[in-house]
Amino acid sequence: MKILIIEDEGDLRETIKESLLKEKYIVETAADFTSAFEKISIYDYDCILLDIMLPNGNGLDLLEELKKNGKSENVIIISAKNSLDDKVKGLALGADDYLTKPFHLAELNARINAVLRRKNFKGKDCIEVENVVLDIQERTLTIDNRNIHLNKKEFDILNYFLSNKNRLITKTALAEYVWGDHIDQADNFDFIYYQIKNLRKKLEESNAQIIIEMIYGIGYKLTEK
Amino acid sequence: MKLLNRSLIYLSAVFFIIIGVWSVIFYFNLKDEIRDSIDDGIDNNRLLILIKVHSDSTLLTQNEFGGNNFKIHPVSKEKALAYRDVFKDTMMYRLNENDLEPVRLLNSAFEHNDQYYRITVISSLVEEDDLIEDSFWSVVSLFIILVVSIIIVNNFVLRKIWNPFYDILNQLKTYRLDKNEKSIEINSNIKEFIQLQEAANTLINRSKEAFLSQKEFTENASHELQTPIAIIIGKLELLLESKDLKDEDANTIANVINIADRLKRLNNSLLLLAKIENKQFLEEETISLNETAKNLLSNYDELLAFKQIEYELDETKDLKVKMNPALADILLSNLIKNAIFHNKKDGNIRLTFTSEEFIVCNTGNPFSLNPDTIFNRFEKDQTKKDSTGLGLSISIAICNSYNLKINYGFAENQHCFKINFNNILAQV
Repeated sequence: MKILIIEDEGDLRETIKESLLKEKYIVETAADFTSAFEKISIYDYDCILLDIMLPNGNGLDLLEELKKNGKSENVIIISAKNSLDDKVKGLALGADDYLTKPFHLAELNARINAVLRRKNFKGKDCIEVENVVLDIQERTLTIDNRNIHLNKKEFDILNYFLSNKNRLITKTALAEYVWGDHIDQADNFDFIYYQIKNLRKKLEESNAQIIIEMIYGIGYKLTEK
Repeated sequence: MKLLNRSLIYLSAVFFIIIGVWSVIFYFNLKDEIRDSIDDGIDNNRLLILIKVHSDSTLLTQNEFGGNNFKIHPVSKEKALAYRDVFKDTMMYRLNENDLEPVRLLNSAFEHNDQYYRITVISSLVEEDDLIEDSFWSVVSLFIILVVSIIIVNNFVLRKIWNPFYDILNQLKTYRLDKNEKSIEINSNIKEFIQLQEAANTLINRSKEAFLSQKEFTENASHELQTPIAIIIGKLELLLESKDLKDEDANTIANVINIADRLKRLNNSLLLLAKIENKQFLEEETISLNETAKNLLSNYDELLAFKQIEYELDETKDLKVKMNPALADILLSNLIKNAIFHNKKDGNIRLTFTSEEFIVCNTGNPFSLNPDTIFNRFEKDQTKKDSTGLGLSISIAICNSYNLKINYGFAENQHCFKINFNNILAQV
């Protein structure tokens, strides 16, 4: 899996790169419009992370170029500008997703995962880890071909964990994922703890080959047994 | 007090003094003039009588006034020679008036055929008290006529002249810096009003610049903070994953991430506030708030169950409004989330939709929040440190941008927020 990061802010670019390398992706970077334009003209990428505000050019123009070549559907726009206009324009130009800075690395992983899944499994949007299959479209969980009932939040949490396999997810990142934007009360951890407890119980009872470890005081990590 | 009335008071006072003094002077002048002319008349009468006496000596026997205006008495030569012509005022009985009336009287003496006579000629005088009374009422009516005409002039003419002023005043009253309105314009060629208009416009432009730069500053500052915060969070998350990290260090890092997250939420909220105030949510749709609220609630099913909070919907009407869907979502979700997070165990929430109001009531702390400060920025429950305290400010900003009224009330252990949507109701 080859991923291109187009981001002018060096520190952020390196941070994202380091995180993506942990996911065993091949990562390339571009710091400005010109070099990004060169790279997308020559190579194909499975996913492109695109910052809109770039030195010597606008990210949306790059997107337009990608659309011309029919390669815009695997772009995730990363922007500090949570502007509805840019979002609409970007998505109209075929971008797959729009992520507003600042974001948690786990959130970025989940988004990239979704893009790659849609690209590679054409129509069948599932995450498979060991004996666990999570169908994103149908919103169902099957373990050893047996259906396990999850409530909405449990499903979302498991989806997030499976997209961040073997990565540490902090409680705050998880809370934000569960509660979404503009939430003032992301400190409401009891509820999340309770959901995870139930989820772990269900996984254990069904003999799933994955486990959600709790790393005390910090967060959680999903690993294969 | 209106300027018109104030000038009326001053003018009336000045008129009162001028007319008062003038009428006194006029009265005495007039009286003198009348007396003069009566005296001339009496003197003339006397001469005529003296001429007549030569042809008609019976006149000499007229020693009572009778019907005439003179009487003649014979007197001794010494007395006659000592006489000087004297005019004087006196009172005489008048039959028709049945009263003593003022008369003007001339005492004189003359010689006829070596005989000396004293002659007294009278003429009725203008009745002074009548004159005073008449002129008093004339002056009063003059005064009233003047004041009335000033009022008329004030109300019809001056008001018309002052129109541009009231025009400027009205425009200033309704001027909103945030609405990007045109500058103030009036239709007048009066120098003072044009100066006033220019001064008002200069002031408006300066305030507008300050307002805009302040708005831009908030937005730009928040924007610029996004990337550094993203870097902080990203780097800390990577650091947290490094293998040889002591437990306490990991805890510290997690804490810092938590704080950075709070910073991020704060910044997001400020940015959202700035955007609402900068009117960046333009497109409007017809939205059923009942549906919006139900969608939001369905996201909280598990949480409501977890906190054992019951909720009920009271849908008397389908509340349809015309507003930006994102803002409608944020507005309702802020209030609903508040109702959930500030609730207590086994509490309840009630959402009411009337034909123009949305009311959310919830149980919670058994005492009222301060309705004067609750909507202030950064006002928060001191026990909830992680809260940004901007949730309600955002709701207020949204309400303000649509001129909606939002109220807080506490009754029967229920905290209620009520929003009236009557000016953006969708036409049915």
